[in-house]
Amino acid sequence: MAGAATTLHWHGDHASKYESRSATREAPWVKGLILGLSLTFFAVFLLLPLVAVFVEALRKGLETYWLALVEPDALSAIKLTLITAAIALPVNLVFGVAAAWAIAKFEFRGKQLLTTLIDLPFSVSPVVAGLIYVLIFGAQGWFGPWLAEHDIRIVFAVPGIVLATVFVTFPFVARELIPLMQAQGKEEEEAAVVLGANGWQTFWHVTLPNIKWGLLYGVILCNARAMGEFGAVSVVSGHIRGQTNTMPLHVEILYNEYNFAAAFAVASVLALLALVTLVIKTWVEWKAAQAQAAIEK
Amino acid sequence: MAAQQHKVLPGFHLALGYTLVYLSLVVLIPLAAVFIKSSALSLEEFWAVVSAPRVVATYQVSFGLSLLAAAINAVFGLMLAWALVRYRFPGKKLVDALVDLPFALPTAVAGIALTALYAGNGWLGQYLEPLGIKVAFGPLGILVALVFIGLPFVVRTVQPILEDLDTELEEAAASLGAQRWQTFRLVILPILLPALLTGFALAFARAVGEYGSVIFIAGNLPFVSEITPLMIITKLEQYDYVGATAIAVVMLLISFALLLLINLLQAWTAKRTGRNR
Repeated sequence: MAGAATTLHWHGDHASKYESRSATREAPWVKGLILGLSLTFFAVFLLLPLVAVFVEALRKGLETYWLALVEPDALSAIKLTLITAAIALPVNLVFGVAAAWAIAKFEFRGKQLLTTLIDLPFSVSPVVAGLIYVLIFGAQGWFGPWLAEHDIRIVFAVPGIVLATVFVTFPFVARELIPLMQAQGKEEEEAAVVLGANGWQTFWHVTLPNIKWGLLYGVILCNARAMGEFGAVSVVSGHIRGQTNTMPLHVEILYNEYNFAAAFAVASVLALLALVTLVIKTWVEWKAAQAQAAIEK
Repeated sequence: MAAQQHKVLPGFHLALGYTLVYLSLVVLIPLAAVFIKSSALSLEEFWAVVSAPRVVATYQVSFGLSLLAAAINAVFGLMLAWALVRYRFPGKKLVDALVDLPFALPTAVAGIALTALYAGNGWLGQYLEPLGIKVAFGPLGILVALVFIGLPFVVRTVQPILEDLDTELEEAAASLGAQRWQTFRLVILPILLPALLTGFALAFARAVGEYGSVIFIAGNLPFVSEITPLMIITKLEQYDYVGATAIAVVMLLISFALLLLINLLQAWTAKRTGRNR
């Protein structure tokens, strides 16, 4: 699927299989070269920026670090980030399950097109994702005059931030579940229905246990993006301190004010969140592989 | 006939109906707004906005550097995927997990971290600037950010294909007298090629639209290091909504073209490897 790169998959270690046979291994110097180049690249482009976040955050000491996190504007940014994720996550979760149920368990015309359209938000620039809500709800937008009349603010306010976040995280759960549920087929569900289970019972007791790891996988990736989105949210936020700032936007404001220690302190919380996401993600991959192995036995 | 088959499972109409309504409300109608809004411009006016010299310069920066970044990622991403599948080395599981860091790390965090590394007084910048290599606040900085966000796309599309590759192919090639390099070039690479191109296209598509990680390190100088998404923001800040929309139309059309290309590449990957994804 377009935009897809991370799907639930455990990369088991079979390296010894290749290294033990002369037909599938390289000369030691070639191996050394590939390992050296790729790991140096990894260290410079991925590891070093991550380390830099934490070192810069703690540069002025623990007290400065702590104060940057507990000052009111930072706390309100943390709160808004949590609220945004708490709304975007469930709505996209329900959508993802509904879309996967329709696409994976039934045949209908235009299925391929629908699957492609679901992926669309991944190929749209975050800036464009923010812009579309300004065009609809902004002062000069379609509903702008009506909203102004009724004193409802969407753009440059919290609802706009939530909408933009829902848009950019839209495909995550659906994209994880569709291939998974397609691969599992529908025999188990059909058996349950034939035996007298109703739709919800079938879903809760048959489908859900089969897809739980894929579901969790989609949810954590969706959450990471929801909490970290910058471009789309930046366009619709209005950047009002203490009101419409999410954590990434708060980082930007602090950074542009040359308050680097505080900017990196808030950034380090987001980096920690990213690390936790990767840990849970790896754990889910491992659990899913175990469950798969148990079935295959 | 698919439409007439008896459906045992319930919930089809509810699930599909909900999917279509939600998709339309959140994605399709808002995206249509861009095209409808841009129709306020005549074709000449539209062309004047999207072909203004400063805007054209942003296409060159965005597309040129995105292509270069995707190419760098194709080379190093392939090597990294190869190392992760074929070699044993300490810390491998950690490296494998951290490859996805750019998916999980907010782009703004990546942006300020890279700027801190490559600025003139930064960890790497202090050694590079005396050599005359100015990375931060210029095109090279944009390239570094785009390489960062694009890397997992190549690794994660190539890695599963490499894992599924039958070793018998290589053994057959070796027993027929092929050198290791010949085996790679003539046997392995043709199988990997569709996936490698898919990863390249995914990294490119992501890089063209990228904003957060780039703006901190770019310096954002007109005609030198302005990216196209920034141009949309600049127009918006000047309350030039129609201008912003016109550029957004260009970006959306390019995104759709890339999406189509990526779907074709993935179909090719599936055909060549027998994988159904």
